[in-house]
Amino acid sequence: MPVLTEDRQNTGITPPPTWTEPGDDGGGRRDPEGTSFPLSKNRIGLWILLATIVMLFAGLSSAFIVLRGVPEWQNIEIPSILWLNTAILLASSATIEAARRSLRHERVGAMKLWLLVSGGFGLAFLGGQFIAWRQLVALGVYLPTTLHSSFFYVLTGLHGIHLLSGILVMSYVLAKALKNQITPAKDEPLQLCATYWHFLDALWVYLFMLLTLA
Amino acid sequence: MHEVTHETEHAHHELGWLRKYIFSTDHKIIGIQYMITAMAMAVVGGSLSMLMRLQLGWPHHMWPQLTKIFPLAFAGGAMAPEFYISMVTMHGTLMVFFLFTAVLTGGFGNFLIPLQIGARDMAFPFLNALSYWVFLVSCVVILGALFVAGGGPLGGWTSYAPLSAVPAYGPGQDLGVTMWITAIALFTASGLMGGLNYVTTILTMRTKGLSMMRLPLTQWSLLITAVLGLLAFPVLLAAAILLVFDRTGGTSFFIPAGLIVNSKLLTSHSGGHPLLWQHLFWFFGHPEVYIVILPAMGMASDILSTFCRKPIFSYRMMVYSMSSIAGLSFIVWGHHMFVSGMSPFLGSVFTVTTLLIAVPSAVKTFNWLGTVWGARIQFTSAGLFAIGFVSLFVSGGLSGIFLGTSAADIQLQDTYFVVAHFHLVMAIAPLFAAFGGLYFWFPKMFGRLMNETLGKIHFWLSFIGVYCVFFPMHILGIGGQMRRIYDPLQYDFLKGQQGLNVFISVSAFCLFAAQFIFLANFFVSIFAGKKVIGNNPWRANGLEWTVPCPTGHGNFGEELPTVYRWPFDYSVPGAPEDFIPQDVETVVGAKH
Amino acid sequence: MADGTGPGKITLSGLLFGLLMLILIVTSLYYFIAKPYWFPKNASIHGTQIDQVFSWVLLVCGIAFVVVQGMLGYFVARYGGKDNERAAYWHDHPSAEAYLLIGTAVILTVLVFMGQRVWADIYFSDRPNNPLIIEVTGQQFNWTFHYAGADGAFGKTDAKYISSTDNIGMDPTDPAGKDDIVVGNLMHVVQGRPVLLRIRSNDVIHSFFLPNFRLKQDAVPGMKIEIWFTPNTDNFKKDGFEIACAELCGLGHYRMRGFLTVEPNDQALNAWLAEQKAQQ
Repeated sequence: MPVLTEDRQNTGITPPPTWTEPGDDGGGRRDPEGTSFPLSKNRIGLWILLATIVMLFAGLSSAFIVLRGVPEWQNIEIPSILWLNTAILLASSATIEAARRSLRHERVGAMKLWLLVSGGFGLAFLGGQFIAWRQLVALGVYLPTTLHSSFFYVLTGLHGIHLLSGILVMSYVLAKALKNQITPAKDEPLQLCATYWHFLDALWVYLFMLLTLA
Repeated sequence: MHEVTHETEHAHHELGWLRKYIFSTDHKIIGIQYMITAMAMAVVGGSLSMLMRLQLGWPHHMWPQLTKIFPLAFAGGAMAPEFYISMVTMHGTLMVFFLFTAVLTGGFGNFLIPLQIGARDMAFPFLNALSYWVFLVSCVVILGALFVAGGGPLGGWTSYAPLSAVPAYGPGQDLGVTMWITAIALFTASGLMGGLNYVTTILTMRTKGLSMMRLPLTQWSLLITAVLGLLAFPVLLAAAILLVFDRTGGTSFFIPAGLIVNSKLLTSHSGGHPLLWQHLFWFFGHPEVYIVILPAMGMASDILSTFCRKPIFSYRMMVYSMSSIAGLSFIVWGHHMFVSGMSPFLGSVFTVTTLLIAVPSAVKTFNWLGTVWGARIQFTSAGLFAIGFVSLFVSGGLSGIFLGTSAADIQLQDTYFVVAHFHLVMAIAPLFAAFGGLYFWFPKMFGRLMNETLGKIHFWLSFIGVYCVFFPMHILGIGGQMRRIYDPLQYDFLKGQQGLNVFISVSAFCLFAAQFIFLANFFVSIFAGKKVIGNNPWRANGLEWTVPCPTGHGNFGEELPTVYRWPFDYSVPGAPEDFIPQDVETVVGAKH
Repeated sequence: MADGTGPGKITLSGLLFGLLMLILIVTSLYYFIAKPYWFPKNASIHGTQIDQVFSWVLLVCGIAFVVVQGMLGYFVARYGGKDNERAAYWHDHPSAEAYLLIGTAVILTVLVFMGQRVWADIYFSDRPNNPLIIEVTGQQFNWTFHYAGADGAFGKTDAKYISSTDNIGMDPTDPAGKDDIVVGNLMHVVQGRPVLLRIRSNDVIHSFFLPNFRLKQDAVPGMKIEIWFTPNTDNFKKDGFEIACAELCGLGHYRMRGFLTVEPNDQALNAWLAEQKAQQ
């Protein structure tokens, strides 16, 4: 890069201090090397994605809270299978943690198994949600039946779509694991998948509480 | 080592024309794609407003010539009211989303971020390309809304419920609104993909020595804007989802009981609240207007500094004010709803927060003045547009004070005073910043210069034109002319100021025509413009000016640059040149 | 001077910009001081206060506008680039910045207080005594006004009774409604007597706008919104004031025009109401 030298003796102009130091900006001196960011770009990308999903459900939550107060609000009975589904999803978070732990201890085979189990639990959760929907339909509770039922279908449906995406991510990680491309040194796909999965789990617990405690 | 390997890989990987220029993952190509698409949408959106001005200038006139082009809209020679309202709706929608958000964040964001931070490309190049193609699809869908049965939507770009929730409430409220919602949802997806890229890239891929406080203000503004978009757009998506279910699923999120449709009581919906739509929409909508203005502020600041040959005044406060504007933008949305039936207590709260947000905007204005004071201005087209931006922002910003004061807003809400305010501050000022950016970075994009004479003519005609169009609208609004009115002459109290409407319409036609000077200049110069000599025709400091015009794939040769200073070292006393690029290290002479 | 102090070169572009700023300032001063076009003539008590708030904001913003645009024009005209001349390198002035920031905040705070006093007067003050109560119903594309009649009691309405001949759905079983008067697009009030409006909508959001009375309130379906004003005028002409819709409500938004008449006293109002009743 170009470098400018200055020979003070010849110019006759004594430059003020600003010229001799890199830039007069008030930030450079504190952090002249500073560009390294503590998180990897994939991790930041994931957290940003999570923030947008939070905002989506925050918007829907605020709609829920506002409409909860209208006189026409009528609670529906939440299908009890949802408790089982919640347990399954929590279990899947535990198993994915087991997968992470296995990888830390270099038990790659165990990791693959735990991943598979997590994916299975995820599918079971979705199946359980579908059954819950069928149960409501059998009782004559559809999307427009009451405001509560509308939110029920919309919130569980949207969460289900996101969870499906989580399963797809998990499948991708599992595929990589089966090709032995996930190692303790190159574990980012598993780590990010676990974070996403835990987020979806926590989101579900929140939505479940919102819908049940209404 | 990493860079060299990267380069070698690319040397062995010759891409076909389609992959290089059309389906490219290179941020520069994607940025230019966004810009050109947005320009096309601007021409459409602008044309729609010409039709609006035709009607407003001469409301009772017959246009049999237009019946040939628009047989349904001009059946019998007069413009149909529903056509006029669909023009209003589509004009707003096209301009806010598909021009301004697209060109400023999609166009300039994509083109400039890696170049100005010393990176080879964005963090996620494939996702970046995907965001453009989803955007393009959303453009096709929104344009399609004009051609479906029933015509375009009638709800304004704000699409208030229940007008938008019950298809029977107007022609265009059925298929037209469905297309609108679909396009907005796609646009949101595209925007979120882009925003994710911008934030990740700016945070993690700055080159060595480029601390946050050495970033050009363009970068700060793009970062802050991206964060705003990521937090605000999902709420719009939430509202759109609920609206879709109201329209097609029988739900009642926004539909209360007791609605009359075609003189009959609607019994299938109850419990919803129309104000819920407004709260959700404006919670997004207000940050959205800052998503438009912030990149414009950032770019105008950098361009102004360059052509004043003077550092931007108070860089630190510029960063803090942009950040506080962004934060505050989430708590002012109710100022769109002062007379909506929202609790008056909330109205008081929102007046306080709204006038609070005026403070950092004022700080920025003082800083622009401080930049021009004592400058040595180079009157290039880009420089002129940056200067014009300041004047327009001041005009538009001050009228916001009237509207933010809730008591005054009672009379001014939903009148042309509002139209004047938001056009000046959200449309015209950003437009001038965008023009400034296009003239400024054109050589970097295409290796040629736009014609400066034509650029200056474009500036003067546009600057005079926009004031002629939008200043009188303040007067119209004070006189009481309501928004979105197909025929002001229905009202005696408006008849006396119809002359202003005529003046505005004529000025608008001239202003629109003047934009074709720019378009011709832009597209002809891509192929036949004067070739740039060297990397840095404007003698500017940003990292983008250290690489060739046009810039090749990978941006920065074999080694990424190292940054030693901020980008505002113009006219440094004692320096050999009146500018010092960011990658220049200084070494003091023998005494050191 | 070589270091940027003192003026730069006066250029054609700079002068042209400065001139345009001058024209902008002069033109706006003309329009906002000479007022060739201005607000519709005020006819209400709140209107006087609202106009006052507007005037204060206009004064503050007007001064800011003239000063800032003027400085911009002057600087651009004065500081044109000169070959090889450097601009001034200074780019901070913490005390000036602090004063400007605090000053702006103080001025805006004062404006907030002034405006909020008026806002509170309109929305947080006690209900007026002996108001004339009118229920206003907006729909695509007309206004309907419902007066309580001599018994002072409004007959119940129910949406299920709404038809093409009855915009508000009077309940035929309610005896209180027998003496009610329902009029389309015509509103009569009494000079000096507070009017309490209950604003509703049958279909989409409309906005009840009385330009001369500085009154605007959205009509939201599912809500009944109360707002009041007091006429203060000497214009007793029949249909002397206009009513408009100020919220986009569909293709007929532009023709939701109504007429307001201020009667000199209660007797005149009752005479008119009796006339309307006879026609129903």
